[in-house]
Amino acid sequence: MFGGKPAVRDASLEFPTNTVTAIIGPSGCGKSTFLRCLNRMHEMVPGASVEGKVLLDGEDIYEPDVNPIELRRRVGMVFQRPTPFPTMSIFDNVAAGLRTHGHRKPKDLGERVGSALRGAGLWEEVNDRLDASAVALSGGQQQRLCIARAIAPQPDVILLDEPTSALDPISTQAIEDLIQDLKAHFTVVVVTHNMQQAARISDFTAFFYLGELVETGPTEDLFTNPKQSRTEAYVTGRFG
Amino acid sequence: MMNRRDRRRLFSRLMTTATLAAALLAVLPLFLIFAYLVFKGASSVNVDFFIQNPAPPGVSGGGVANAIVGTGIVVGVGSLIGLPLGVGAGIYLAEYGSGKLAYTVRFVADVLNGTPSIIVGVFVFTWFVRPMGHFSALAGAVALAILMIPMVTRTTEEMIRLVPNSLREAALALGYTRWRTSLAIVVRTATPGIMTGALVAVARITGETAPLLFTALGNVNFRTDVMEPMQTLSLQVYAYAVGPFPEWHRLAWGAALVLVALVLTFGIAARYATRAKYEAN
Repeated sequence: MFGGKPAVRDASLEFPTNTVTAIIGPSGCGKSTFLRCLNRMHEMVPGASVEGKVLLDGEDIYEPDVNPIELRRRVGMVFQRPTPFPTMSIFDNVAAGLRTHGHRKPKDLGERVGSALRGAGLWEEVNDRLDASAVALSGGQQQRLCIARAIAPQPDVILLDEPTSALDPISTQAIEDLIQDLKAHFTVVVVTHNMQQAARISDFTAFFYLGELVETGPTEDLFTNPKQSRTEAYVTGRFG
Repeated sequence: MMNRRDRRRLFSRLMTTATLAAALLAVLPLFLIFAYLVFKGASSVNVDFFIQNPAPPGVSGGGVANAIVGTGIVVGVGSLIGLPLGVGAGIYLAEYGSGKLAYTVRFVADVLNGTPSIIVGVFVFTWFVRPMGHFSALAGAVALAILMIPMVTRTTEEMIRLVPNSLREAALALGYTRWRTSLAIVVRTATPGIMTGALVAVARITGETAPLLFTALGNVNFRTDVMEPMQTLSLQVYAYAVGPFPEWHRLAWGAALVLVALVLTFGIAARYATRAKYEAN
């Protein structure tokens, strides 16, 4: 809720471990807002509030004794526009999440950064210039760097908010493939306004419309045999 | 009779020429001043000028060594006071500045920015020099700091506001605390801009004269103690320029040239040192 007006209502979703769930729906329907409630990022907006529960491994993240910092170590997020920290090198960018949670030994950091970069499919391209500035990378590489940064602290869940809408088709393809690899180790939730992308990459899909969760289910079922008429209208392109 | 297209082209060319002329006219005074300073002051500037103190009245020669060092000390101490306060206030306003207190601070800073520097000098005289019982370089530094703080606060705030919000979000989503986000990410990113603002402010106060009249007062001797009155290049120029001796007037031009050259060199060196190191894609 923002300042008393609900942006998203009556949403109830499950995200099974090691799967990719896509959240689709037209612009402004509350997808990003919903996503941000999952790692308490909506708290950045003054006047925002949440009713209900979000359970991570059975525990509500909105309990008063939950530390948002610790929560964000377990639930990582990647945004639409690549946002490498411009004053840091590639290595320092990936290590940022590690350093802020207490990892300091150079050897430890080196290993974790290396495995995060491999996990993001970026190791081959940057291992010879880890000290170079992160902003010298291309858009697609920067986004993969942000993914590496998000996975370095080894979270349980990764939230991606339209991760490819600012990228060219080749980088988009690379990241879609990457998401398939990621689900082996993480639970992934992707918000996308591109239906075809959702159909390509996800196991489960949730359709939001005007702030309401209209329908959710296995991706194939939702696209080929939707139960709600609004869902059918959206996935067949009758409105966008 | 011209057709519409030709009329448009002519108008466009006219406006381009007019704005170019305006730009040239705007920078012309700088070049004229500097050229005139070199013309009038070059004759006074030699090695002795830099290493000797002012000569007694009536005696020719002498230099501005004490003034150069004095400028360094007063501006240095003033910056030591003014820069941390100004940058700190700027960070506060930019990162946490939405309440009543922030509004007040911003308003006061804007008003202070417009206060005549001589008033600041009188203020420091009343509240600093009088209780202390004597003039001092420290009082001069305080006056300069007061002038500097609103400038630095506003430019710091502007530079920090330029940092895109997406960077803050990315840091918070990673588990950074609000403080760490502000300092390690946002301020770090805005540092080149903040430094430029700080250096501009330092260059501004280097040339200030009026507030130093009632605080540092000036000194014919070479001094480095901040608790004593001290000479600066700006005060030296003033003292020589209103003096009765033609010799003094000649030396005033020399001192003015040195002052301007100092500020120019400092500015250029500062721009060079803070140039963007990374080219963004």
